[in-house]
Amino acid sequence: MSIKKSLMTAGATLSALPIAALAQNQVNMSPGVTRVGAEIYDLHMLIMIICIVIGIGVFGVMLYSIVYHRKSKGYVASQFHESTKVEIAWTVVPFLILIGMAVPATSTLLEVYDNDDAELDILVTGHQWKWRYEYLNAEGENVSFFSNLATPQEEIYNSEAKGEHYLLEVDEPLVIPVDTKVRFLITANDVIHSWWVPEIAVKRDAIPGFINEAWSKVDQEGIYRGQCTELCGSYHGFMPIVVHAVSQDEFQGWMSAKRADKDAQIAASSVDLSLDALMTEGESVYKTQCLACHGGQGEGGVGKAISGSAIAMGDLGVHLDVGIKGVAGTAMQAFGEQLTDVEMAAVITYQRNAFGNNTGDVVQPSDVAQHKQG
Amino acid sequence: MLRLSRNPGADTAIKLAAVACAMFAFVFVVMVPLYDVLCDALGINGKTSGVAYTAVPAVVDTSREVKIQFIATNNDGMPWEFRPQVTQLTVHPGAATDTIFYAANPTSLPMIAQAIPSVTPSRAAGYFHKTECFCFNQQPLEGLASTEMPLQFVVDQDLPKDIRTITLSYTLFDVTTMAGSTIAAR
Amino acid sequence: MGDHHHGPAKGLSRWLFTTNHKDIGTMYLWFSFAMFILGGTFAMIIRAELFQPGMQLVEPGFFNQMTTLHGLVMVFGAIMPSFVGLANWLIPMMIGAPDMALPRMNNWSFWILPPGFLMLASTLFMEGGAPAFGWTFYAPLSTTYAAPSVTFFIFAIHVLGISSIMGSINIIATIMNMRAPGMTYMKMPLFVWTWFITAFLLVAVMPVLAGAVTMMLMDIHFGTSFFSAAGGGDPVLFQHIFWFFGHPEVYIIILPAFGVVSQVIPAFSRKPLFGYASMVYATAAIAILSFVVWAHHMYTVGMPVAGELFFMYATMLIAVPTGVKVFNWVSTMWRGSLSFETPMLFSIGFLVLFTIGGFTGLMLSIAPADFQYHDTYFVVAHFHYVMVAGAVFSMTSAVYFWLPKWTGRMYNETMGKVHFWISFVGFNVTFFPQHFVGLAGMPRRVPDYALQFADFNMMSSIGAFVYGASQIMFLYNVIATIVSGEKVSDEQVWDGAEGLEWTLPTPAPYHTFEVPPKIEATPAHG
Repeated sequence: MSIKKSLMTAGATLSALPIAALAQNQVNMSPGVTRVGAEIYDLHMLIMIICIVIGIGVFGVMLYSIVYHRKSKGYVASQFHESTKVEIAWTVVPFLILIGMAVPATSTLLEVYDNDDAELDILVTGHQWKWRYEYLNAEGENVSFFSNLATPQEEIYNSEAKGEHYLLEVDEPLVIPVDTKVRFLITANDVIHSWWVPEIAVKRDAIPGFINEAWSKVDQEGIYRGQCTELCGSYHGFMPIVVHAVSQDEFQGWMSAKRADKDAQIAASSVDLSLDALMTEGESVYKTQCLACHGGQGEGGVGKAISGSAIAMGDLGVHLDVGIKGVAGTAMQAFGEQLTDVEMAAVITYQRNAFGNNTGDVVQPSDVAQHKQG
Repeated sequence: MLRLSRNPGADTAIKLAAVACAMFAFVFVVMVPLYDVLCDALGINGKTSGVAYTAVPAVVDTSREVKIQFIATNNDGMPWEFRPQVTQLTVHPGAATDTIFYAANPTSLPMIAQAIPSVTPSRAAGYFHKTECFCFNQQPLEGLASTEMPLQFVVDQDLPKDIRTITLSYTLFDVTTMAGSTIAAR
Repeated sequence: MGDHHHGPAKGLSRWLFTTNHKDIGTMYLWFSFAMFILGGTFAMIIRAELFQPGMQLVEPGFFNQMTTLHGLVMVFGAIMPSFVGLANWLIPMMIGAPDMALPRMNNWSFWILPPGFLMLASTLFMEGGAPAFGWTFYAPLSTTYAAPSVTFFIFAIHVLGISSIMGSINIIATIMNMRAPGMTYMKMPLFVWTWFITAFLLVAVMPVLAGAVTMMLMDIHFGTSFFSAAGGGDPVLFQHIFWFFGHPEVYIIILPAFGVVSQVIPAFSRKPLFGYASMVYATAAIAILSFVVWAHHMYTVGMPVAGELFFMYATMLIAVPTGVKVFNWVSTMWRGSLSFETPMLFSIGFLVLFTIGGFTGLMLSIAPADFQYHDTYFVVAHFHYVMVAGAVFSMTSAVYFWLPKWTGRMYNETMGKVHFWISFVGFNVTFFPQHFVGLAGMPRRVPDYALQFADFNMMSSIGAFVYGASQIMFLYNVIATIVSGEKVSDEQVWDGAEGLEWTLPTPAPYHTFEVPPKIEATPAHG
């Protein structure tokens, strides 16, 4: 363990020297952990090798010319300027090569499109700037949650050292079982996003109002990371995807725990918390949910300032309304479904007491639940 | 019209300007309607028809079963509670099936919603016929009110044999401010 | 047209009111260079932010404004106007015409450009900032979710579009009506041919872009729902319309570059262009195919599989005529008598790097593989190989090639060669590693990235600074040539160059070919 750690430190030191560390850098597509991914990789390599061979031919002829057919060597130019035979040949031969490429490309494409008979369906919804996952169960309630960037702002703004999975870590990963055909139903809540995890070979646009599908059957347990690949606004670069592929048993366990969690959350909303507890929880919720738009000191940015704001220091009902329902027509989203009542109570309490807003108000989860009831 | 013998280019220029104007018009009068036609024909984006299906009741093909999944999504800024009553049904092609979506307006203000359907696989869209759907019209709801919205559909017997699952997704948009203009769902 | 024997007017009014194709060409070229510097500045900001992981210089929202404006300014401000400038200078001289067919419209088509770009640049200082939705401005990010400045962006696009359309109409009218007697279509230099086809593409697709932005304007301000699902529209429709414009646009950018290279390579190979006729047909084939491949930019939107297959096959087919062109250029060099002055270096640089860009283009055409490439840095690398190494290298080649004819003075050859080598190395250091990070999983248009992409991004940034700096050397060389370059008296300038423009005195007088030249005396084509 300690050897591994020191190796990692050594690696980190080395990576400060760009060239020395090149060996560690991935330079090619990953075949990934699915059969389709491996087929795509093979296809990619096939086309690339054909291109390289043709390239060597073309550049070879050119280089020969450049070296030997020089004016400075006294080479006299011949004046030929067409040859029907040659021209037909280099039209027909590339055409045949293309047909050769089209055959495997077509069969792989058809396989990518074979979405039916999935054993697990997951609804993936793109939001500015987070993903929401919902497991569609044939019977019983669906399990759903949001998956937010977990990298702290301090790392992004360079006041702390960056972690190993900088920008590719989330608070709650998507968990899927291995050896199971999982179908992803992909849509978006606001603008177009695109859900991409290279190693499970899925990339599909998430389009508001419309549904897309893609599938994957992961062969190996592990953690696979991806990102949003369609420009979706300011924080497009900050909405990663993390997929945990686990054994079927582990998956079932996780699913039951997730259901139990939900019950626990409902129970938790009836318990009152201390101001300190609310402030601590509130600060962490603020950092993942609010900070990007409202600033580290509540000074505002994309969103309004919270420090000294009329909403955060005024009527509690209005403040809760804004938090739960959002503000239509602005970037302020409705967080009512994204946060638990405990989290909502905590972050509202935090906003009302931090950044010099010392109102002294304490908002309890039960207040939030009550407010939601109307 | 213009014959400028001094400048032989003017005639060419006028013709080309006409081409440019025609291309501009082409976008509006050809591309947009053509896209809609192609969407209906090919089910691009899983769009389904915006009008009720009225064909003669077909024979029920009891030898086949198709799984129908329902998904309800709220678009940005839409505070309604919106969900299907059942998330999944198994139907026979040709059989008319009824189901219900539940919607509630948690705000104290009256609002108007529009549900936009989308079917996947998109190939199935042309075979998924809605005989009655809340998505054909905008849905007004008073503040704090709730409603049950009906959907009746038939899966065509000509549905390609390799399609065994159809997912129908509705996205609910808040059109309170847009309402008044006549908007037909597609 | 008044008295043909006077020279240019004096002072500012010469430039404001000029109808002379050479003056207008010069203004286009300087304007496009200014835009190249502006767009390059944006690129430098992007690369500086991406020098290391973490946010250092700009905020993510501003970063998006930079990528958007970089793309728009480079495509619509630098590359397209530069080739229009080249067309203005050269087409009349190459076909033996005294001027463009519609000189006054020529003046207008230039002079509406600067206000258009001023409008676009002014969005940077507006509330909510400049457009931040990428140069492809996909709805609804560019409609419902855009900053208010989007309206100015839409008007700017309209103005640029009108300018382009007027410029193209003029080029077509000139080529169809103003050729010297005996200058048949199949005797026209290839540069004229490629521009002729490009101009038709422009007339056909710029109105489509205008239509797309008009729909955006209507969606934003007049309550229509072309691109909003809520009202029965479809955001994917935007992408179809945009790329119906956008793919031909790609060839609009590259075809004139093909034309330049087809003039330069034979000149320095001292050998006629191989396969002139097949070059013309290949250009036309590429132009026609460009209308049926647009959706290869949209493989991941969830098209029906039949659509994916159609667009994949059609796209792969483009490799055939493009391949013919590359083979023809190499065959032109084969058994020639080559020399390597700066224009030739840039043209060979074009040939090598454009071919690499063509190969990655072929890879991208394969739909299933594109699911892994789409919207990553692999795509960024691909289109910079065809746009920068393609269009910009050939444009640079053209400037060095014709500058002595335009100014009557020779540029500094040593500095030109140094410029080439720094550009070539800088370009490759910038963009080659982007293939790697793209394949390894780095999405495009992100202001920050994971640690495994750090080394290649640092390389990329260093390369970009080098490439950017080398353009200052280019600027210096051009200005120094104009001011104090060594005089060229030989009208031929380059011993291997052929074509009517080289029969004119050096520097080319203000008015040329007032009496049409005799074509029989000149070779068929250069």
